[in-house]
Amino acid sequence: MIPELGHYALVLALGLGLIQSVAPVVGARLRDSALMRLASTTALAQFGFVALSFAALVTCYVTSDFSVATVFENSHSQMPLIYKFTSVWGNHEGSMLLWVLILALFGALVAAFGFNLPASLKALVLAVQSWIASAFYLFILLTSNPFLRLAQAPFEGRDLNPILQDLGLAIHPPLLYLGYVGFSIAFSFAIAALIEGRIDAAWARWVRPWTLMAWMCLTIGIAMGSYWAYYTLGWGGFWFWDPVENASLMPWLAGTALLHSAVVMEKRNALKVWTILLAILTFSLSLIGTFLVRSGVLTSVHTFANDPRRGVFILAILMLFIGGGLALFAWRAPLLKQGGLFAPISREGALVFNNLFLTTCCLTVLTGTLYPLALEAPTGTKISVGAPFFNLTFGPLFVALMFAMPFGPLLAWKRGDLPGVAQRLMAAFAVGLVVIAAAFAVEGGNSALAPFGVGLAFYVMAGAAVDLAERTGLFRMPLAVVRSRAAGLPRSAWGTAIAHFGIALAMLGIISAGTWGTERIVEMKKGETVSLSGYDLTFDGLVQHPGPNYSALTANFTVREGGVAIGTMRPEKRNFASRQSSKNEAALMMRGPSQLYLSLGDTNADGSVAIRLYYKPLVLLIWIGALVMFCGGALSLTDRRLRVGAPRPARSALAPAE
Amino acid sequence: MTRKQRRLTLIGGSLSVLAVALGLVLYALSGSIVFFNSPSDIVARHPGPNSRIRLGGLVKLGSVERGADMRIRFDVTDGKSDIPVRYQGIVPDLFREGQGVVVEGTLDPGGDFVADTVLAKHDERYMPKEVVDALKKSGRWQETSSDFAGEKKK
Repeated sequence: MIPELGHYALVLALGLGLIQSVAPVVGARLRDSALMRLASTTALAQFGFVALSFAALVTCYVTSDFSVATVFENSHSQMPLIYKFTSVWGNHEGSMLLWVLILALFGALVAAFGFNLPASLKALVLAVQSWIASAFYLFILLTSNPFLRLAQAPFEGRDLNPILQDLGLAIHPPLLYLGYVGFSIAFSFAIAALIEGRIDAAWARWVRPWTLMAWMCLTIGIAMGSYWAYYTLGWGGFWFWDPVENASLMPWLAGTALLHSAVVMEKRNALKVWTILLAILTFSLSLIGTFLVRSGVLTSVHTFANDPRRGVFILAILMLFIGGGLALFAWRAPLLKQGGLFAPISREGALVFNNLFLTTCCLTVLTGTLYPLALEAPTGTKISVGAPFFNLTFGPLFVALMFAMPFGPLLAWKRGDLPGVAQRLMAAFAVGLVVIAAAFAVEGGNSALAPFGVGLAFYVMAGAAVDLAERTGLFRMPLAVVRSRAAGLPRSAWGTAIAHFGIALAMLGIISAGTWGTERIVEMKKGETVSLSGYDLTFDGLVQHPGPNYSALTANFTVREGGVAIGTMRPEKRNFASRQSSKNEAALMMRGPSQLYLSLGDTNADGSVAIRLYYKPLVLLIWIGALVMFCGGALSLTDRRLRVGAPRPARSALAPAE
Repeated sequence: MTRKQRRLTLIGGSLSVLAVALGLVLYALSGSIVFFNSPSDIVARHPGPNSRIRLGGLVKLGSVERGADMRIRFDVTDGKSDIPVRYQGIVPDLFREGQGVVVEGTLDPGGDFVADTVLAKHDERYMPKEVVDALKKSGRWQETSSDFAGEKKK
């Protein structure tokens, strides 16, 4: 009964979606306010029905209703409740339902909080949002229905893939989807603006918070995915340039560019056409990401078992929205009036520089991801493009971007003073140079590039501090003035500095863990000790113990630093009988922002075990950096919400430069 | 600066960044990509000892020999040809005989494949696409069920 209810709710949502796709557009054409208002009601109702459908699926999983095919395939009655819940989206069908749930949520949010949007713009935005939603409802109902029943209900499920039985599954996909799907709002706004043929700074003011929210979720979603991979795959890597990772990185790069170009549009009414294009491209990249993951055209750890019909269907959706969006852009964009002028050396110029490099970075990642496909189709030659390619292409571009980063916020709008800014950044340059020298001295010239990278990261961090110091008048003015200026500083300025600080922090972690990390792969007998980077680990023996739906083999290790015991590490190997597969649980030990990482390999008959031991200096900074970026975004968002409350007409939106 | 000059600066700047990016991409593609081969491809083509190769197939039944210091030898097969592989280190959890595997490394002059990476998939129902293609090419592929296929004998 419950699965049928969920299925039916989804069909109703599709019906509402189809109405919402047409009625508001007609309403906007005829200036019929009743038809336009209809969109808000249907958007809320649509969300209600999708939520009902999702709740029905959750119920099936939590109550272990194995008569439902996807529950049988991906769940097990012995599984802990949290994994029963998360396994809802640990498979293709359920994850698509989560995707549309978030899409409907964003539609409902626009309907609920968009009360001071111009009526026709709101109606069109909701209509476009509904085109996307309807396409995906159809996709789910026709090719990936999660509610399909089995003719005979089995007694027991086939269990969730062990690698997914982890808290990471509760966090990573929902956040990632909030990011991917959040960019649909920017897309809908762009398409609506193109249909209306009108766009102004108020438009950017509307799009910015949504984009920022999506960007924050995507940032943290990618970071959580990376941490999950790091601790679960057992060899201490945190980024593999896997096609699916690239698929999430590309919208992030484009979204970051969009965030920055929207600032120019909001403040200076310039870069309009470009911002619209970026909004379309960012969501297109999110769709491509979905396609790559769901179609199985690229091999990856993320691909679920697949059915080629799905790939074709998603490809059709992709062509429709990307092709349609770009065609509309080509047709309507020339109608949009060009905005204000600016000199190349200016805040706008710096943001253009940012956009140029971010989109080029995005392009190289796209090339590296799709090149194997492009080569295989005509020639049949199979290749793989891995880390060396991306380090060579993405790396230099990103370094240039990081170098320019502290300049941007210090340049004035319209016409900036480059020598003046360079002078103000002297302190940051000095910090960078000192760190480079220190890193060379400590490191002894084993890696020529890493000290420069670390210096660059410190320079960016110092640059963010200089930016705040300049704005608050620190060191130049009395403390009371500084305090009042700090309080009066727009939160978005704080947000910018914090987010820039965060990316530098992440960069520091990546370089440090990648360059100065050490590893040992050894076979150990009971009582033996292995040393790495000043830590001594003694193997105390193996213990077998049962878990809820697996049996675990735990190896106990005592860790000593300078002869003093500082703790134990217990890597595990878990055996899942229902899937006849096993999973490694690495043991992690925090040493400040650094980590010791221990994972278990094969065990031999004589009681000896093979282990991988890593020391990862400053590795936690990678994810802390992402969290800091998230916080910067959140701070900036609180600022925006205050201002968004009362959008002023476009003319007076030319606020003075901060 | 006039409007035209500004536009030219912008376009010139963008084109030069794109040109640099293109140069980097072409350079990287010439040096740092890895070719995928099936065992039969290697037998047919004899790639030189300097080219990096990904080799995919099944771990041949009964071929795995473990030595001291975590050395391991096994044959990768696509049913037609076998390639002996040497590796030192920990193999993935799902590495076992009869299962799909992808190894990366180079051929030594004696015809052995010296692997520095061994990949097996995380899900036992899932076969790496490259392995599926290699098996299909050698005619050893059997569609046993909608999502799980492979050699299930003995």
